Amino acid sequence: MLKFNYKGLSLAMAFVMSLGISWSVQASDAKAPDKVPTPSAAADVFGIAVDEKVKKSTADHSKFKELQVDFKDGPAVTKACISCHTEASKQLHKTKHWNWDYINADTKQHLGKKNVINNFCTSVPSNYKFCTACHIGYGWEDDKFDFTAEEKVDCLVCHDTTGGYKKLPGLAGHPNYKTMEWPPHSGKFRPPTDLKRVAQSVGKTSRATCGACHFRGGGGDAVKHGDLDSTLTNPDRHLDIHMDAKGLDFSCAKCHTSDSHEVAGSRYEPTAVDDKGTLIRGSKDERNAATCVACHGNVPHSGEFAKMNEHTDKLACQTCHIPAYARGDKHTKMTWDWSTLGEMDEQGKPKKIWGSEGKVLYDSKKGNFTYDRYVIPEYQWFNGDVEFTLADTKVDPTKVLKINSFKGSPDDGKSRIWPTKVFRGKQMFDKGNNTLVITSLSDDPKTALWKNFDINKAVEYGMQYAGRDFSGDVGWIETEMSWPITHMVAPKEDVVDCHQCHTENGRLAGIEGIYIPGANNTPLIDKLGFLAAFLTLVGVLIHGAIRYFMHKRGG
Amino acid sequence: MAERIYIFKRFERFWHWSQALLIIFMMLTGFEVHGVYSLFGFQAATELHTIAAWTLVSLWVFAIFWHFTTGEWKQYIPTMEKVDQMLKFYLTGIFTDAPHPFKQTTVRKHNPLQRLAYLFVLAIINPLIWTTGWFYLFYGSWGNWGFGWLSLEWVAFFHVIAAFMMLIFFIAHIYLATAGHTVTSHIKAMITGWEEVED
Repeated sequence: MLKFNYKGLSLAMAFVMSLGISWSVQASDAKAPDKVPTPSAAADVFGIAVDEKVKKSTADHSKFKELQVDFKDGPAVTKACISCHTEASKQLHKTKHWNWDYINADTKQHLGKKNVINNFCTSVPSNYKFCTACHIGYGWEDDKFDFTAEEKVDCLVCHDTTGGYKKLPGLAGHPNYKTMEWPPHSGKFRPPTDLKRVAQSVGKTSRATCGACHFRGGGGDAVKHGDLDSTLTNPDRHLDIHMDAKGLDFSCAKCHTSDSHEVAGSRYEPTAVDDKGTLIRGSKDERNAATCVACHGNVPHSGEFAKMNEHTDKLACQTCHIPAYARGDKHTKMTWDWSTLGEMDEQGKPKKIWGSEGKVLYDSKKGNFTYDRYVIPEYQWFNGDVEFTLADTKVDPTKVLKINSFKGSPDDGKSRIWPTKVFRGKQMFDKGNNTLVITSLSDDPKTALWKNFDINKAVEYGMQYAGRDFSGDVGWIETEMSWPITHMVAPKEDVVDCHQCHTENGRLAGIEGIYIPGANNTPLIDKLGFLAAFLTLVGVLIHGAIRYFMHKRGG
Repeated sequence: MAERIYIFKRFERFWHWSQALLIIFMMLTGFEVHGVYSLFGFQAATELHTIAAWTLVSLWVFAIFWHFTTGEWKQYIPTMEKVDQMLKFYLTGIFTDAPHPFKQTTVRKHNPLQRLAYLFVLAIINPLIWTTGWFYLFYGSWGNWGFGWLSLEWVAFFHVIAAFMMLIFFIAHIYLATAGHTVTSHIKAMITGWEEVED
């Protein structure tokens, strides 16, 4: 017999796109990772069964003389690394992870982390010491950083397996080499980083190492993406079917494959549609490997789920297979209003207001925030083209500004409906020139907003630092940013049910260019049809009634 | 006194009633798929509708075979003869127990209005509902078949129009089933095969 009540679709999908810099695990911060990362059990962190005698790797780094020294700092470790791995730094020098600089070949837009402006912390220039805690290098503290220096590449932040390596904001990409109070004013102290132990334990990247930065985008755990947070370090199958620590236990790199340290997947040029089938080993095809189709193929459903294959001409896999984001129970930030910053407490000191769930709702440095979890995505047509509002783009302050606008339409033949997180904000802009601004937030003692609380000074310095024209007039503009939702892929029993879209005012209500049976009725035809049927019914009833009474009368 | 004649053979009766059940069920599930109400749930309604459709297709394969081998298809050849009298009968005569203008026989079991109505079902409603339904079922193959230019919206539109025509036919059909020699004589005939006709 056929089964009608199933909820799932047959295959759960791979996760796609997103990469970047990594920052180390925080073993000393109680939570991550749950498995005990001692040097001997190191491989356990990235899911390889550890046999104390026979490790999977052919090299035990603790046996290398080069690593049996007391390193004075990170670059000293890197020098040791590249004495064997001679080409490693040169490879990394070519990547976005290193340069934070990227030109989109199609749109010619000059992107990359150091160039784009977002609606979280907004901009990197003049804030390098702080921001480069997430850079895969050492010592990027101003715009004079030497991008050709091989020893400045940070190998450990991605290849640490101990969890004992952590780059802290303000140290320009270095971990602490001396005992340091962290977080600031917390009364807690981090011991100096044990570089020797970390260096001797290096291994493959893991969810923990990638996540050290990518789970913390936007300034903290779960803040930015919504589909990436620290709960993915050790997820169960409901959070992510592929990364399920007790199941498939994928690392990020399983999908985000790399070649010469160039990692597959990009948010600047995402692959919105992959219809080229599975990416077979040995294939010369150089397309992005971090797509669902690259493993699951173009026709992933079979048997009772075969009808689902007929949805793939309109829908991204993620639309059904990721029913909600921020499903790891962590709150993701949904809005950020900078315009309320600078309000002080009764003593004239900066303040923070916490909400009932322990999240900061107001911070004098940053303004107001809202959060959410288990969030149903907003859906958009998307063809992979993203147009950014850059520092020199003219903006219209009377409208909500799309900082990155997702291109796509039902008619261009290369779009799919994608789930997205839309992050909404209100941020500073140059009212005179109608442009977004670079703001000095953290580094410069005299102007940094988070030290001086003077937005005019902060913007003036930021703009001057970046060599931008500034009118002197700071205003506030409402902005939106879209983030494709592609991680936290649910198991098949948790996919979006048919009726969530096939109903009036369902999930895809308002999306143009699709006919959804059960959702887009044909109101005029329905009215006429039921009216005609009703009149027919009335007609035959009257006819029958007359027959009945005439017959009775006639006896 | 009424005379009894054998009109509907065993297969024909089986065809009629199984088809009736399937069509009622397809209307029930189909209008749910269209979003008119919620009964089975969208997913189950879609799957049940599809299963019923394939069952109906199988039934029709047999029915077409039967009609050709028995020559019964000739019962559906339209005629305009006595159509006016039939209309007049339904509008007046039926109320006064006037004699039925059409004499039912084994070789002419449908009256001229019936022939026209069934022809309308066979020539208009069925082709429309079957073709659009077939396209609906094979949405994923349009491109391969050279129908990439079709839009689901229009296919659904005509499918729904045909469904409404079927609903209207259904209502009228049930009522006219009571318009035989007696209120139940047509219905009995469809069950037993034997129809009571006027002398």
